[in-house]
Amino acid sequence: MTRMAATRDGYGQALLDLASNPKVVVLEADLGKSTKSLHFRKQYPERTVSCGIGEQNMLLVGAGLASSGYIPFASTFAIFTERAFEQMRNGVARPNLAVHLCGSHGGTHTGTDGSSAQSIEDLAIYRTLPNVVVMHPCDDVSTRELTMQLPALGKPSYMRTARNKTPVMYDGRENEIKIGKGMVLKEGDDAVIIACGVMVSESMKAAEALSGEGISVTVVDMHTLKPLDTDLIKSLVDKCGVVVTAEDHNVIGGLGGAVAEYLSSNCPAPLEMIGVKDRFGESGQSDEMLDLLEISSPYIADAVKRAISRK
Amino acid sequence: MAMSNEEVEEFARKCRVEIVKMVHRAQAGHPGGSLSEIDLISALYATRMRVKPDQPKWEDRDRFILSKGHASPGMYAVLAEMGFISHKDLESYRVLGGVCQGHVDMKWCPGVDFSAGSLGMGLSFGMGCAVAAKLEDSTRRVFVMLGDGEIQEGSVWEAAMAARHHELGNLKVILDRNRIQNDDFCEVQMRMFDIPAKWKSFGWSVKEIDGHNMSEISEGLDFLENTNDGPAILIAHTIKGAGISYMENNPSFHGAAPNDEQFHQAMVELGEVEG
Repeated sequence: MTRMAATRDGYGQALLDLASNPKVVVLEADLGKSTKSLHFRKQYPERTVSCGIGEQNMLLVGAGLASSGYIPFASTFAIFTERAFEQMRNGVARPNLAVHLCGSHGGTHTGTDGSSAQSIEDLAIYRTLPNVVVMHPCDDVSTRELTMQLPALGKPSYMRTARNKTPVMYDGRENEIKIGKGMVLKEGDDAVIIACGVMVSESMKAAEALSGEGISVTVVDMHTLKPLDTDLIKSLVDKCGVVVTAEDHNVIGGLGGAVAEYLSSNCPAPLEMIGVKDRFGESGQSDEMLDLLEISSPYIADAVKRAISRK
Repeated sequence: MAMSNEEVEEFARKCRVEIVKMVHRAQAGHPGGSLSEIDLISALYATRMRVKPDQPKWEDRDRFILSKGHASPGMYAVLAEMGFISHKDLESYRVLGGVCQGHVDMKWCPGVDFSAGSLGMGLSFGMGCAVAAKLEDSTRRVFVMLGDGEIQEGSVWEAAMAARHHELGNLKVILDRNRIQNDDFCEVQMRMFDIPAKWKSFGWSVKEIDGHNMSEISEGLDFLENTNDGPAILIAHTIKGAGISYMENNPSFHGAAPNDEQFHQAMVELGEVEG
């Protein structure tokens, strides 16, 4: 039976693991219970800075701390990080201060809170900022591992985590997770699916269904959108010939956009992009949202067939 | 640094000359707010700041955050007087590759601790520096200079609330109350009513002074240095463009450079050349 867990729990655990470094500090904007920084706060209240419901202030308090030699981890909902985008741009990214921002409850998978809470543009906007590393891991194990690697990064980052539980992919494979390195979860020759976050497990389901029809696909967990693992993409394009991207995010500017930018300039290949088709969501259960927005596994499988037909 | 009020006034006069030279040379920049703040920053650096110009990154230095970062000529002039940068460096203001970027930038200029340019950000950044100092039990202080128009930015008040919540006695603000912002007088653009009462209601210690009177500035800086049980703000009433007659209280010189004739007149008024 596959273990189910939420990526936000991996983040919360990583903060606890990192606490032995006295320079690690946690910043909250009244959502620590949700982003899971609360575990750190309970054990290390003296190194936790409550910023109230004030995301713009939080980002720059983080910048000031980073400029003074600390390693700040700030979190709130993905959607509310966007309120502080210019602070992230001018106060963090521009002076290259290593503030680590985590946006939890990202994507439509967050569900019943409705469209106001479903960030479908966060990966796109942070990807446009120089110096910023952008990640969207698919399970709690990789989230924990990637978060643990952030202090050594020496530059700012944005990581989207998710509210709801998803299948765990990496139990026992912790050592293979590296910032900037995509993970091949399944190998096949007919097409490659490049996915991130909750869509990794959806892509695995699609691959399973396709294998029953005699179609074999490679599935990649591209947990780091920036810097993009272009070496891996190049080698898989050479092998499979066509690409499908899958993300719980607007099709504009996210993982699909990043892959398209690379392919079009370097190794043109048929590309089908699964993502939210430039519209807002609504209240609904997470699996209902994926179906409503046509990004669940059957849609990925169809996209694979379309891509192969373009060979 | 033991420096008399008269000596600080002369320090500030020299800085005024450099400010006007910088914006005239670049034919761009912000003379008005640089001239309104200059007596305050001169006194702060010449008499209070614990810094080492030959070690700009000295860990326990006091921090100065120029949140109104467009008034960079004022800060560059002071950094040159203090020896962080050379007077020659001032010629690089707004020039490709120069240490004196249009807005003060910590990645470009020694002695600058904050990359400014977007209003309303410096107090939050300063708060982060103050939290860091507190975590380390360091005695370093964090001085933040805000513009008056700037406090129309909502996030300033997020920071004001949070700084008092965290009892940051090492965080000290100077508000350059020059009454003019980019387009016009503050009173026209956005009335702010009782500014001291606003800060008091956020739990800050407040003092008001004449920001061009050296003995009042000295008393005001004493107030900031001696208020350590929570954040404090010195509201300095200033004159935009102070020291150059045609710039004073003139919104046109918020962000415009003098022409050659106006430049000559400024040098005469500052006692640099004979009239």
